[in-house]
Amino acid sequence: MSHLLEFKDIGLAFKGVKALDGVSFHVDEGELFAIIGPNGAGKTSTFNCLNGVYKPQQGDIVWEGESILGMRPDRIAERGIARTFQNIELFAHMNVLENISLGRHVRTNVGWLAGSVWLGKAKREEMANRAKVEDIIDLLEIEQWRKYPVGLLPYGVQKRVELGRALAMEPKLLLLDEPVAGMNLEETEDMARFILDIREELGIAMILVEHDMGLVMDIADRIMVLDFGTPIATGVPVDIQRNPEVIKAYLGQEA
Amino acid sequence: MRGRPHLYVSYESEQSLLPTWTQRVMVGLLVFLLVLIPLQGGIEIGDRLYQPVGFLGDNAWLKILSRVAIFGIGALGLNILTGLAGQVSLGHAFFMGIGAYTAAVLGGEVGKAHWGLGLPIWIWLPAAGLVAALVGMLVAPTAVKVRGLYLAIVTLGLVFIGEHLFRNLTSITGGSQSGRKFPSLDFRLWKEEEPFLAFTSDGPMWPVFNWLDWLFGPWINFPAEMSEEAKTYLALAALLVVVVVLAKNLQRTRIGRAFMALRDRDIAAEVMGVPDAKTKFEAFALSSFYAGIAGALLVAFIGRAIPEQFNLLLSVQFVVIVLIGGAGTVAGTLMGSVFVFVFPRLVQDFSGWLTETVESGGVIGSIADVFVSTGLDDPGLVSTLEGVSPGLNVSQLNVVIYGLLIIGFLIFEPLGLYGIWLRVRNYWKGWPFSY
Ligand SMILES: Nc1ncnc2c1ncn2[C@@H]1O[C@H](COP(=O)(O)OP(=O)(O)OP(=O)(O)O)[C@@H](O)[C@H]1O
Ligand SMILES: [Mg+2]
Repeated sequence: MSHLLEFKDIGLAFKGVKALDGVSFHVDEGELFAIIGPNGAGKTSTFNCLNGVYKPQQGDIVWEGESILGMRPDRIAERGIARTFQNIELFAHMNVLENISLGRHVRTNVGWLAGSVWLGKAKREEMANRAKVEDIIDLLEIEQWRKYPVGLLPYGVQKRVELGRALAMEPKLLLLDEPVAGMNLEETEDMARFILDIREELGIAMILVEHDMGLVMDIADRIMVLDFGTPIATGVPVDIQRNPEVIKAYLGQEA
Repeated sequence: MRGRPHLYVSYESEQSLLPTWTQRVMVGLLVFLLVLIPLQGGIEIGDRLYQPVGFLGDNAWLKILSRVAIFGIGALGLNILTGLAGQVSLGHAFFMGIGAYTAAVLGGEVGKAHWGLGLPIWIWLPAAGLVAALVGMLVAPTAVKVRGLYLAIVTLGLVFIGEHLFRNLTSITGGSQSGRKFPSLDFRLWKEEEPFLAFTSDGPMWPVFNWLDWLFGPWINFPAEMSEEAKTYLALAALLVVVVVLAKNLQRTRIGRAFMALRDRDIAAEVMGVPDAKTKFEAFALSSFYAGIAGALLVAFIGRAIPEQFNLLLSVQFVVIVLIGGAGTVAGTLMGSVFVFVFPRLVQDFSGWLTETVESGGVIGSIADVFVSTGLDDPGLVSTLEGVSPGLNVSQLNVVIYGLLIIGFLIFEPLGLYGIWLRVRNYWKGWPFSY
C-alpha cells in the first residue's frame, strides 16, 4: 500500500551547513505522526521542505504517489497540505474572519472581476465560504473574537486562529509546529482537545512537532526523533520512550 | 430584537456592504448631500428658500470637489496596489498618462494637428483603463520580482520613461510646448453634434432632477438651471460612487484578502495557497486600470495638458493621499483625497483671514503678526505680497504644512485619517461611558 506522504532521504544544507541529512519517514491517511528533537534538530526545516519554502538538495518528497519536490508553496497548498507556524504568522491587520477566510483561497475561485461586481456567483461563494468559516470558529471556540484584528488577540487565541486558518484549507495533511509552546496548562489542554477533535471529526492526518513530551506521548501514533538533522529513531511512543539513543540525545552523555 | 441591534439573522445581511441601519442611513444622507451640493439656486420648500450646503455650491468649490472625485478614483487604484497588496509604486502618474493619451487618440477631435478619432466617452473612458491595464501587465512581470525600495525605484523609472516618450510622441501628445486638447466629458451616443448629455455647458437641469421635480414638485421647487461646474461635478461624483462600490467589493472578497495577506506576511500567504507572482500581477493590472481611468478623466476635466504633467509629483500626490488617508481602507483613501484638495483651499482662506486680522489690530492681531508679514522689513511667516517679503507665500506654506502632516501621521497615526475617524467613532459608540 502506498503512503499518503513519503519523505525520502532528504538532505538540506545552508551554505554547506547541513540542516537535514538523510531524513526519511512516511505518514498514512488519518495518522498522527510526531517529530521531536532538541532545538535546532531540523524539525521546522522538515516542514519548510514539505511546504516548498525550502528546496532540499537531495532526496524526494512523494505526495499521494507524485513527487512534489521543487513545487511552489501555493501549488503544494492546493494539493492539501496545510500548516501552522512556530512563531505565529497570522495576517496581523486582518480580523479573525478574514484570516480564516484566507485559508479558503485554494478552495474557492472567484476572481477580481466577479469579486468587484459582487454578482451571482461571487456572492454565493462568499456566503458558502462564510458558513464554512463559522463551522471552524465554532469548533475552535473563538466566537467572541470574530471581528478583532488578530494582532490584538491574546497569544493562545492567536494560536487557535492559526489552526483555524489551516483547517479552512480542508487539508488532507496538517503540519503543526509547536502548537502548545508558551501555553499554560489550561490552554494546552484545550489545544490537545482541538487536535483530537480534528482527528476524530475530520479524519485529517497530522504531523506534530512539539517539545511537550507528555502531550506527544499521549496523542501520537508514531514518533520520529531528530538530532542534528538525522533521524535517530522512529516508532510507537512506548518504544521511543525506551530507546537508549533517544535517551542519550535528550539527556546528554551521562545517560 | 430591540435590545440587541447587532443580532444578525443571516450571514447575508451581515456580509452586505452596509450591514447596519445606522450605516445605511448615514451613507444615504451623505449621498443625498452630495447630490444637493450643486443645486446652487437653493431649493424652495413651501415658500422658503433653502441653501442645502451653502458655500460648497460655489463654482470654485465644485471644481475642487470634481478634482477630489477624479483623484479619489485614481487613489482607490493606488490603494489596491499599495494599501492592500503592500507594493509601493511611484508609477501611478505614468499609467495616468497612458490613460490620458489613449482617451486623446480615441476621443480627440478629428482632422486636427493631433491624432483623434472623435469616438464617444463610453468608448474612450473604458479603453483608457484597459490600455493602461495592458501596459501595467507588460511591466508587472518585472515589478513583481522586486520589492520595497527596489520596486519604488523601478516604478520611478517608469515615470521618467513615460515623460520622455510622451514628450517625443508629438503627434499624439502635442509635445511640451503647447500640449494638446482632450475630449470633453460630454456624453454622446456616437458622433452627433449635440451631446446626449452635456456636462460642459451651462444649461437646463438633467432629467434626474426633472424626475425629482415630478416626485416632490408639489412641495419642493428645484432650480431649473445648472452650471457647467455643477454638471461636471455630478457626473464625476457618480463615477466615484461606482468605483467606491467596486473597490469595496474587491476588498471583501477572495482576491482582496489575498492582496492583504501578501502585504502582511508574504511567505505565510504563499503557504496558505496564494500564488505570489500571479496575485501581485493582478494588483498591478487593476491599479493601472484605475489610474488610466483617472488620467483620462483628469485631462477631460482640465481640457488641455502637456506631457510634463504626468510627472513624479503627480505620483507622489497619490502616495500622499493613500498614506495620510490610512493605508488599506476605501474610506481612508477618500478622506485622503478630500484632505489633499480641500486643505490647501482652507490654508488659503486662513492666511487671508490672518492678513485681515493683522490689519485690524488688537490682541489677536498682534499674535497673527508673528505669522503674517506685510512688507520687506517685516519677518512674518506668511507673506501677503508674494515675492516682496521674506516670509513664505501661500503655496510654500502649504508645502510646509503638508510635510509636517505627513511626518506627523507617520509617527503618531499610521492608520491615517481613517484611524482618527475610528477613534472618534468608538468614542461616540461608547458615549456616555467613553474613556
Ligand atoms: N533559513 C535558514 N538559513 C540558515 N540556516 C537555517 C535556516 N533555517 C534553519 N537553519 C538551520 O537549520 C538548523 C535546523 O533548524 P530548525 O529551525 O529546523 O530547527 P528546529 O528543530 O525547528 O528547532 P526548534 O526546536 O528550536 O524550533 C539550525 O541549525 C538552523 O540554524
Ligand atoms: Mg522549529
